[in-house]
Amino acid sequence: MDAVLLARIQFAFTVTFHILFPAFTIGLASWLAMLEFLWLRTGKPAYESLYRFWVKIFAVSFGLGVVSGIVMSFQFGTNWSAFTEASANVIGPLLGYEVLTAFFLEATFLGIMLFGLGRVPRAVHFFATCMVAFGTLLSAFWILSANSWMHTPAGYVYENGVFYPDSWLAIIFNPSFPYRLAHMVAAAYLTTCFIVAGVAATYLLQGRFPRRAGLTLRLAVIFASIVVPLQIVIGDLHGLNTQEHQPIKVAAMEGNWESRTNAPLLLFAIPDQEAERNHLEIGIPGLASFILQHDFDGRIAGLTDVPADERPPVAWVFFSFRVMVGLGLVMLFAAWAGLYHLWRGTLEQTRWLLKLFRWSTPAGLVALLAGWFVTEIGRQPYLIYGMMRTSEGISPVPGASVGTSLALFVLVYGVVFGAGLYYVLKLIKHGPIEVERPAKEGAATVRRPLSVPADTIEDPT
Amino acid sequence: MEGEWLPLVWLLLIAFAIFMYVLLDGFVLGIGILFQFAPADHDRDTMMMSVAPIWDGNETWLVLGVGGLLAVFPIAYAIVLPALYLPFIFMLLGLIFRGIAFEFRFKADKSRRIWDRSFQIGSIVAAFFQGVVLGAFVRGFEIEDGAFVGSTLDWLTPFSFVVGVSLVLGYALLGSTWLIIKAPGELEDWARRTSVRLLFAVLAAIAAISLWVAFLNETIQARWFSLPNFYVLSQVPLLTLVTGFLLWYATRKGYRAAPFALTMVLFTLGYLGLAISLWPNIVPHEISYIDAAAHPDTQLFVLIGAIITLPAIFFYTTYSYYVFRGKVGRDLSY
Repeated sequence: MDAVLLARIQFAFTVTFHILFPAFTIGLASWLAMLEFLWLRTGKPAYESLYRFWVKIFAVSFGLGVVSGIVMSFQFGTNWSAFTEASANVIGPLLGYEVLTAFFLEATFLGIMLFGLGRVPRAVHFFATCMVAFGTLLSAFWILSANSWMHTPAGYVYENGVFYPDSWLAIIFNPSFPYRLAHMVAAAYLTTCFIVAGVAATYLLQGRFPRRAGLTLRLAVIFASIVVPLQIVIGDLHGLNTQEHQPIKVAAMEGNWESRTNAPLLLFAIPDQEAERNHLEIGIPGLASFILQHDFDGRIAGLTDVPADERPPVAWVFFSFRVMVGLGLVMLFAAWAGLYHLWRGTLEQTRWLLKLFRWSTPAGLVALLAGWFVTEIGRQPYLIYGMMRTSEGISPVPGASVGTSLALFVLVYGVVFGAGLYYVLKLIKHGPIEVERPAKEGAATVRRPLSVPADTIEDPT
Repeated sequence: MEGEWLPLVWLLLIAFAIFMYVLLDGFVLGIGILFQFAPADHDRDTMMMSVAPIWDGNETWLVLGVGGLLAVFPIAYAIVLPALYLPFIFMLLGLIFRGIAFEFRFKADKSRRIWDRSFQIGSIVAAFFQGVVLGAFVRGFEIEDGAFVGSTLDWLTPFSFVVGVSLVLGYALLGSTWLIIKAPGELEDWARRTSVRLLFAVLAAIAAISLWVAFLNETIQARWFSLPNFYVLSQVPLLTLVTGFLLWYATRKGYRAAPFALTMVLFTLGYLGLAISLWPNIVPHEISYIDAAAHPDTQLFVLIGAIITLPAIFFYTTYSYYVFRGKVGRDLSY
């Protein structure tokens, strides 16, 4: 394998692994801020125990996000130095602002959030939680701006192979940025929402913590029933924006080889990159044209509009897109079925629905990853769309080094992720209740600093 | 050339960010390096708790240093990172094992030993390879047409190995003197004894590296030993000796915060020595900070952000240290 492919696999692997944690923690931080707000306002122990429960899961996820995120800040140089030299004048400041406005804020207030209860006034602690939540959103703002610029570069002057800034506003608010940001933030919130709902549904199925789990599930269902349809609308707008700026990506998403009117919406097909056609097509006539052009006779672009070496790997984009949309529909069904049963007062007793929520625990996360696969693979072979090919961006590093480091990352991330998942599952199994465990022999037990003193443990109902 | 103040401001800012990282994560890594040597298991709890609330913010200075380099000196970033590809990867892997230990150790029962090891070995690996990076950086790289053209293992030299070991010792000293401030009772005594031992090793390492650097490269040698430079610059090693003595004295005589502060002075002097040797190049011996700088608009735009945010960062960082001030309590569950 050549160095370019290895470098791409390495970036894809490290960023896919990394994005799991920010995606989850963006939503979780806001969820925690809401729980703490309700706890402050009502003083109800249910909110306190839910806060103390989810904050531990947050700590593990955030930690994994931090360690895998630092790797990303080096990847631009270790593996993509030619890209960096060409684009740093424009993209560098966006990353710089992310560190200055978001990373310090998150990292510093995280300490107070995790260890500060009892050391700082309650209001200050709530402020710290809000700052962490705000930091995660600011971070998303800057990194998505940088990413969007690579899809829809704007506000620059291009001279001798280097991009120079022309208008910072045009750079930051480049054409695809508002859509991508809205789509990603909603996706992150839904990721968290479905994980939270899935955990609550699992407790209800097991008959554990019925009051707290029921409360959690009700909140999650209300949130999802509003945000899932909203996300579908945002996604549609994002798709129209993509059609305007990256029509070939949309053609790959639709599996459409020839530019045509009355294009069908393919439910299934096996795209064949070599033969420039699909096998086993099952489609609804005209629907793709209608969705993209709001007219059944609308013309949509075809992959053969451009030479073969300017097309993305179609099957990846095509199937990832279907995974994302399919899961979106599952989530919509779950959310609205949940809302119906909530209204009927039967949410917590409807076992098939609880099972659906349990199985949908990773739905948001998988859909989010699939969405990123669509957009990132879909812009290939370009690194900066239309301007710089991925193969032109890599560092002068031999394939052996890239391969070695890739193997190490796979190994280490496997171990680290496995352990992280194990501890998160352990925390979930333990549940939103605090038990004072007896100190072990010979070792002072360090309880997680947020452990509730024994006397505040209420009856777990 | 006009407008040279902008790259100079940025050179100072990035040098400052990297130095903040060295000091702040230095003592956290130092705690990790000493972790398994602690007298008792509950001491390890204390050690970890002394840094758990603040380590994340400390590590962020590394991201600022690297991110700042990318934004403002992209040419340096694009040469140094590929040239030191493997040491950076090893350092990152070390930081991963160090970082996750903070989260996993508290949640582990049977497997706690694993995370003790992960914390220590991760810290040692990260510190050692930061030293290797520094050593290889000082030696310089093979460059043609603004790109690295050397080979994968150019960084692997006796000099970078020695700098790697030295940095492990230096961070350990930062860690042990931090522990003097934070640790109660017997652990504090242990930290004092350890600090004194480490101090001699660190001073020896500083002396060895200083001499070695001077003879690595003729430019560096000329800078330090030509007259009249010598009269001024010879103050740096003299001050280092004085600081070393004061540090020894303060540690022995029971001063609480002074050993840590003096260790920071020691690091400052070392950093200053390095800056004197390399000035004005940001890619040693090849590319000056002016030639490596990004477009002036880029520099200015990020500078505005830095001027607005850095005071706020100082403010809340200070507040966070203030919240977690004092000795780590015996009852560790705060």
